[in-house]
Amino acid sequence: MERILPLFVIIPVFSAVSTLLVSRWERRKFPRIWSILTVSSLIVLLYFIWNQGVLVHEMGGWKAPFGIVMMKDSLTRFMLLIINGVALITLLYSYSYILKREDYLRFFSMFLLMLAGMNGVALTGDLFNLFIFLEIASIASYVLVGYDIGAEELEAAFKYLIMGVLASMSILIGIAIVYSVTGSVNMADIARFIEANNIVDNKAILMATGLFILGFGLKAGFVPFHAWLPDAHPSAPAPISAMLSGVLIKSLGIYPLIRIFYNVIPMSPVVSNIFIFLGSLSMIVGALMGSGQIDIKRLFAFHSVSQMGYIIVGVGLGTPLGLIGALFHLLNHSVFKSLLFLSSGAIQSSTGTRNMKELGGLREKMPVTSGSTVVGALSISGVPPFNGFWSKLIIILAAFQAKNMWAASALVLTAFLTLMCFVKFQRHAIFGKISDTVKRSEEAPLPMLMSLVIMGLLCLLIGLFNQNIIANIIAPAQEVLLNKGAYIMSVLGMAGGG
Amino acid sequence: MTLYFLDFLLFMIGLYALVTKRHIVKKILGVAIMEYSVNLFLILIGFKMSGASPILMKDMDFVTFVHTAVDPLPQALVLTSIVIGLGTLALMVAIAIRLYERYGTFDMHEINRLRG
Repeated sequence: MERILPLFVIIPVFSAVSTLLVSRWERRKFPRIWSILTVSSLIVLLYFIWNQGVLVHEMGGWKAPFGIVMMKDSLTRFMLLIINGVALITLLYSYSYILKREDYLRFFSMFLLMLAGMNGVALTGDLFNLFIFLEIASIASYVLVGYDIGAEELEAAFKYLIMGVLASMSILIGIAIVYSVTGSVNMADIARFIEANNIVDNKAILMATGLFILGFGLKAGFVPFHAWLPDAHPSAPAPISAMLSGVLIKSLGIYPLIRIFYNVIPMSPVVSNIFIFLGSLSMIVGALMGSGQIDIKRLFAFHSVSQMGYIIVGVGLGTPLGLIGALFHLLNHSVFKSLLFLSSGAIQSSTGTRNMKELGGLREKMPVTSGSTVVGALSISGVPPFNGFWSKLIIILAAFQAKNMWAASALVLTAFLTLMCFVKFQRHAIFGKISDTVKRSEEAPLPMLMSLVIMGLLCLLIGLFNQNIIANIIAPAQEVLLNKGAYIMSVLGMAGGG
Repeated sequence: MTLYFLDFLLFMIGLYALVTKRHIVKKILGVAIMEYSVNLFLILIGFKMSGASPILMKDMDFVTFVHTAVDPLPQALVLTSIVIGLGTLALMVAIAIRLYERYGTFDMHEINRLRG
């Protein structure tokens, strides 16, 4: 079963290359169907390994501290589920959305490369390998942000590229410093070394900690480092905005941070306070800046910054409840934010505008799209039956439980600000008087509607069955994070068992 | 220690170019210099003054080998990181050319339709 793990990287890379090759002969349907098949096969593979416990694959047969390790535990399978699930629905959406572009072969090729990189980041147990997969995903995402090669898209892509390069460099320096102290790039081996020699307060490790927060924070878009995000997300085509906001900033930003600061380098109180501070700042600044936007995609992008804050506050609290809330919000945010970005794409492609002031009365012309958009808006603003409410509630309760009143009040304040923004969005865009631009528009094509409806249903179902989902998916992932010894054992102790 | 300091200086020169220069190509050069300094930093970690090449021959004593040979792992890592750097650099230059087609200038202050 361990042999399946590299396939999560190999299959998308192979498929990305073969899409370009085969489409010399057949370019109408092939790339679209081929990429959907690829991601479906990944989900089937994930189903096979879902209940297999901890799996460790040593690449090329080299033993654990020396060779590159790929491992699957409850946190990894949770990330893989989010990444591949959102990717599948996004590809279904792209099936008809991308037809407007002349050249959509490279779109699917780049999309699959990005997917391979993100799967690799989730699977790898090696710090330098993580850097490589992160770069694969990032470079593909730079290309995809500038995909429409208009003036603004290129500008956003260039900004994102510069910020991304800075982030990767600080991550690489951090890895180099960790290597110089511990003499290993295997994450479990580093964790073992730090624990055995008790060098948590080592100045070099602290420096590496700072560099990791800077680098992964840039990728995740926390507030002092968020400048690229509100430009890059609106400039990308809608499916890519959904992937960037729903998955990429989490799998390249939040996931490595969680993994490193819980399983590798122990989180000191300073680091957890930095997380809570950055999180609170991101929440409030993101929501406040979002409230002034009239471009709906920029509005959603600023709320991504703000919702990332919720996750990182939960991570910083470090209590089991806080972590459950953070991981649950990670899942929920990837569902409702991709839904919102996908529906913004549907709105834009049929009305031709993203300006909230020019929209209005969408519900009369595009009932399905506006219905799912309303579901997404209700979820993100935390209205009870939908999923966003539960995860926000858990994080707020965790903050009260940890007696961190500043964080708790920031969380509650942001919940109100978010509600306000999205009430305004609904009033202007969905309801209200029908505007001239909307009069000429018609409902989006079927594959787009299907993916929107699936996402909307997921918002509702995750909200209704929140207890089952927390018990079966989130809680095991949270146990992995709080049990560092088991993580070290599973990689180093089981070495040779594969 | 001097080597590390000089490497840090190189990084700072790159950062200076990236932050203060308005010309896109100069910014790209700054990024390239920063990438070189990071690669150099990785190499310096495994570097030993007048060290031997890390190949264990049959007639070598293991302990002296460990003490004299340079660390080969950072070199392997640097090769990978150089390739990644090449990819990003090529993409940056390609975007810069396209930006020139769209805006008619390389000046980053005039390429500001988005507001951050």
